[in-house]
Amino acid sequence: MSHLDDPARPAPPLGMLAELTHRCPLQCPYCSNPLELTRKRDELDTATWQRVFAEAAELGVLQVHLSGGEPAARPDLEALVASCVEHGLYTNLITAGVNLPRARLEALAEAGLDHVQLSIQGASAEVNDRIANLPGAFAKKMAFARDVTAVGLPLTLNSVIHRHNLHQLPELVELALDLGARRLEIAHAQYYGWALENRAALMPPREQVMDALALVEAARERLAGKLVIDAVVPDYYARLPKPCMNGWGRQSLNVTPAGRVLPCHAAETIPGLAFWDVREHGLGEIWYDSPAFNAYRGTAWMPDTCQRCERHEIDWGGCRCQALALTGEASQMDPVCERSPYHDEVQTLAIVDSSRDEEFTYRRFTNNIIRV
Amino acid sequence: MNPSAPALAEDAIVRLPRGVRLREDKARGGWVLLAPERVFQLDPVAREVLARVDGERDIGAIVDDLAAAFAAPRERILGDVRAMLADLILKQVLEVA
Repeated sequence: MSHLDDPARPAPPLGMLAELTHRCPLQCPYCSNPLELTRKRDELDTATWQRVFAEAAELGVLQVHLSGGEPAARPDLEALVASCVEHGLYTNLITAGVNLPRARLEALAEAGLDHVQLSIQGASAEVNDRIANLPGAFAKKMAFARDVTAVGLPLTLNSVIHRHNLHQLPELVELALDLGARRLEIAHAQYYGWALENRAALMPPREQVMDALALVEAARERLAGKLVIDAVVPDYYARLPKPCMNGWGRQSLNVTPAGRVLPCHAAETIPGLAFWDVREHGLGEIWYDSPAFNAYRGTAWMPDTCQRCERHEIDWGGCRCQALALTGEASQMDPVCERSPYHDEVQTLAIVDSSRDEEFTYRRFTNNIIRV
Repeated sequence: MNPSAPALAEDAIVRLPRGVRLREDKARGGWVLLAPERVFQLDPVAREVLARVDGERDIGAIVDDLAAAFAAPRERILGDVRAMLADLILKQVLEVA
């Protein structure tokens, strides 16, 4: 019987995030990588990644996002792109754009890369380089963006926004247009991993967030057909939770540099879940049968309030990692939801954090935080 | 229809821009349009139209072909095709050549 004929079987994933490495020249304090970064010696080798791409295509994945850390830190990036292309996968490179010379970009385009997503930390050198903790990064990113469009590849700019760059939103939109980007992602910082550690240094005040939402909405309307603007919402101030990953184990998977397969970036923070490794299991087996992917799949695991809620197949219970981070229990309702008993506490927490003035704990290997 | 959608003449030629690909989705069935960070699942009508978008034939020729293949009134097909293509242009997954 094929998968299509079995209604109880989960649908295959659409997208896969391949975190090729945790090495990165930038040290952004909201990095989505875990606090415990994987070292180079523990990274999957070229042949294993190539097998994973073949298995992903076979499983039904359509798009692969090559990410990190900085994927260009891998000398085999060209071979990995070629492998994705060979298996018919739509290939997206997510890069900081500071260590990818024009010749290498041309080689990637030649290999069949479909799209480039460039991160920018701010709309000026001063803001960008302070957040990335890398002098000269902004100038390199601008040169890289121009290379991308000159080579003929479609460009998305992605900017994570927070208290220190929210005021630059109009300039970010202008910059995207100037650089010839077809798409701009405005992503409010999501408080997991390094961002959770830096929450009191990043959290914007409520009014600033509301102004930003209105501004993005107006820009989106004004620039329809010219620039696609996608926004990741700032959920601490929201009434309803985000549909995190569009549901646990529903549409996408992450492969870490060390080969563990996760339903989302932060899933490894949840205690008691064993994440299977591509070196020991096939990707299809992991997607369909691993206990971690089945732990919060569908709706059966949800608390009563969620089960009875008319939105439970819209927001899929929100985010498990956020429930864990803020309530101590991954199976709790997402505390952002106004029906959660923790909702008021989260709002208060955001307001308190937004008025504090802490220094960044930059993301780097030597800042690994050991929890005991 | 969105007021900012472009008016497409019958002799306009449209094409998929670089970074947008049409392909079969064997795992789920049907066809999809793959774009930066987005997947559009196509209904059978959209699939028939997009399969004829080759960057060479103009919209009039595509409509002629569809009218012949499906024995349907040309005027109605023209209206539907124009609306659909204009919407895809707004979404930036199609461009005028």
